[in-house]
Amino acid sequence: MSIRLQNISKHFANTQALEPINLDIHEGELVGLLGPSGSGKTTLLRIIAGLESADRSPQPGKILFGDRDVTNVHVRDRRIGFVFQHYALFRHMSVYDNVAFGLTVMPKKRRPSNGEIRARVFRLLEMVQLQHLANRLPAQLSGGQQQRVSLARALAVEPDVLLLDEPFGALDAKVRQDLRRWLRRLHEELNFTSVFVTHDQEEALELSDRVVVMSNGRIEQIDTPETLYRSPKNRFVFEFLGDVNHLEGKVHQGVLTCGDAHLTVDLPDGDEELLLRPHEVRLAQQPSAESHLPVTVTAISPVGAEVRVELEADWLAKPWLATVRHADFEQLEMRRGQRLFVHPRQWHRFPATESKVTEQSRAA
Amino acid sequence: MSQLALWRSGSARVLPGFGLSMGISVLFISLVLLLPITGLFGQLAGLSLAEYWAIITEGRVVASYMVTIGAAAVAALVNAVFGLLLAWVLVRYEFPGKRLLDALMDLPFALPTAVAGITLATLYAGNGWMGSLLEPLGFQVAYTWVGIALAMAFTSIPFVVRTVQPVLEDLPAEVDEAAMSLGATDGVAFRRVIMPHLWPALVTGTGLAFVRSLGEFGAIIFIAGNMPYETEITALMIFVKLQEYDYAGASAIASVVLFVSLALLLAINIWQGRFVRRLHGGTG
Amino acid sequence: MRRIGDAPAVRRLLIGAALLLSALFLLLPLVAIFAQAFSQGVMVFWANVSNTFTLHAIGLTLVIALLTIPICLVFGVALAWLVTRFSFPGRRILQTLIDIPFAVSPVVAGLIYLLLYGRNGWIGSWLDTHDIQLMFAWPGILMVTIFVTCPFVARELIPLMQAQGSREEEAAVTLGAGGWTTFRRVTLPNIRWALLYGIILTNARAVGEFGAVSVVAGAIRGKTNTLPLHLEQLYQDYNAVGAFASAALLALIALLTLAAKAGLEWRAARQEAFL
Repeated sequence: MSIRLQNISKHFANTQALEPINLDIHEGELVGLLGPSGSGKTTLLRIIAGLESADRSPQPGKILFGDRDVTNVHVRDRRIGFVFQHYALFRHMSVYDNVAFGLTVMPKKRRPSNGEIRARVFRLLEMVQLQHLANRLPAQLSGGQQQRVSLARALAVEPDVLLLDEPFGALDAKVRQDLRRWLRRLHEELNFTSVFVTHDQEEALELSDRVVVMSNGRIEQIDTPETLYRSPKNRFVFEFLGDVNHLEGKVHQGVLTCGDAHLTVDLPDGDEELLLRPHEVRLAQQPSAESHLPVTVTAISPVGAEVRVELEADWLAKPWLATVRHADFEQLEMRRGQRLFVHPRQWHRFPATESKVTEQSRAA
Repeated sequence: MSQLALWRSGSARVLPGFGLSMGISVLFISLVLLLPITGLFGQLAGLSLAEYWAIITEGRVVASYMVTIGAAAVAALVNAVFGLLLAWVLVRYEFPGKRLLDALMDLPFALPTAVAGITLATLYAGNGWMGSLLEPLGFQVAYTWVGIALAMAFTSIPFVVRTVQPVLEDLPAEVDEAAMSLGATDGVAFRRVIMPHLWPALVTGTGLAFVRSLGEFGAIIFIAGNMPYETEITALMIFVKLQEYDYAGASAIASVVLFVSLALLLAINIWQGRFVRRLHGGTG
Repeated sequence: MRRIGDAPAVRRLLIGAALLLSALFLLLPLVAIFAQAFSQGVMVFWANVSNTFTLHAIGLTLVIALLTIPICLVFGVALAWLVTRFSFPGRRILQTLIDIPFAVSPVVAGLIYLLLYGRNGWIGSWLDTHDIQLMFAWPGILMVTIFVTCPFVARELIPLMQAQGSREEEAAVTLGAGGWTTFRRVTLPNIRWALLYGIILTNARAVGEFGAVSVVAGAIRGKTNTLPLHLEQLYQDYNAVGAFASAALLALIALLTLAAKAGLEWRAARQEAFL
């Protein structure tokens, strides 16, 4: 079932939580709402669910599930499945009763027979691999297990759309990783439309078909994870999606100068701020004609696929972070206190006044 | 090292004042709470078992048990419903006068029982504001067991409200939302999701209200009429025996009241503890 | 946000029912007290309040309350400190024991004191031979008042001190503070409002206790009459206006108690909002 939001806005008291938003989510899509806290992502999810109502003024918005207008439909009749951040399991009910709840509260006409309910609950418990815990109370389960029960409970009523509010936020890193993979598989298997909220960019990029990046009640960008990472539309998206190094200086006749550092750039004269990802920072023993950016290595962390190196210099307000391949690391014989030169592979700039993005690549 | 020895060693005790606070507490509890109870047993020791049994099963006394327990049960049940309504309204809704209503809930605890007693008696007497409305309808409150139940309900309503209120406040909005998102109507969600959370507090509050009603004296005697066999409560029976200088009789009946209230209090505590443990996975 | 029971019709019905029932059941009696007390005018009310017997009763009631409060205060603080700051065998039993006065009928409370300290009791008979009379005199009233009011301060302090834990006191001790200094400068500022509320409750109950006091007082008018006993006598003598004059004074104390509670809660809520 597709979801279409038209002109949805929301304010609480005097603060605007959501500016008028339009969003189309396709049938079978898994969409992540990504943003820092206070960006309005949870509010948007709750409006889709019908747990909050969108503003009626200045213009009333509209929410469509497929062709069905659900704008004024109560949450209980919207046919959604909602997975809460802290699971919200009914703690006086067993795992079985929790999952069966949505089926047992159906009006008599639509309610499946007891046998059918039992079969369906066990099918779901099997799917979330918890059939052996059917008689436990929620308090006797781990966080990850509770979250799976919560998911099975939401799916039991065969909702049109599945909505998840920070579904893995309260779990530790290892469990989160497993559950993510598991949810992705489940989604591919059952192919329901789902929307989830997260503040974790890695989670959003790994799990979603498309990511909606939000800040301050606005949608900043909607794209596939690859596009989003490769070509962020603005500075906020760029900075939110990963570590960023800043290079601030003055451009004069095609050279950006900052203290004793300088870099040849093809930009008009004036103040400039360039942004580089850690993997766009190449390190060498010598400066070149285009780039003279001397730095000192202050910390080295050789853990993982790449070596993370922290760099400092007089002309830098904040230390830089570079990721270096292990081979390069060994070749440069890198050690703390060593002086090296940075050669940007690529940089980005997001001028404050215009929304146009400039990028410049150079051969490494 | 045994646990007791470990306790005595005091090596883990960082804060001062253990001896002093222990001394004051034990001395006070012994002198003020426990010692007087020995007086009761001293008095009872003078009675043979047959005499004791005869006193506590005498017709007029048994009738007073019936009146007291019956009225207290009715008062407790009425309070369970009324208290739940008040707690719900005070927690879930915003409306003008809410703070006043909240403050009013404590009135029965703050108001001296004798004041409540003469006021209720005056209000519900045939010529009182309420009595003059109700009696023409054939509904007599003052000097009947209904009046006793009314006085009991008045003095014990805060127990229910104040035990249910915090539990309702702590119930996260997500519980409501989960139930609604699964398609439950308000009625079903209240019955199957909210009530199970409230039961322990509601039963505890109602139980405390019942215990309080069993022992209530000041608020009741004015409105009760105190007709032997009809509207005489057990607390009054003790008082009557005392006025007749029948200390043994008073003690025997008092021992029954004391035993029943302490047993109920203990039962409520144990029951509550078990319920809390079940829902919070063994720790709470 | 949507919650269960927030449909306008349900809401209005429940609020309406709660307000109506509370008005009839709780507010009406309160209004009736003052209406009765002033039913024959302010002058009659004043005459009833200012007659010798009433003044005596007020005096005795205040003396009893003033003596009860410090005793209950010391006990309450000591017990709360003991059960929240130390762990020892019998801790739970102590906590259960202080609930006894809540469960015991006031008449039974009065009775057990009468049996022990009365002329026939084993302490009372010894006191009698030394010409000391506690029962049917003000010391007896004080003793039973202490019995019925002693849980209040402890009951207010224990949950609060349990929630706060003893970290701050431990920090003070590691910084070299002595026992009294720690209590005065670290514990007391944290518990003062709960302590105050405990005192207010103790006072309300001490002033208003009826059942226990009526057993041990003997009610000699103008000598061992507290205000509640005094109003009972007036009521039995068919002097309703006089009885309600005393009742109005007690109701006033009750209202002040409620106002103080609301004030303290408002304060606590504001403090929480700051944190």
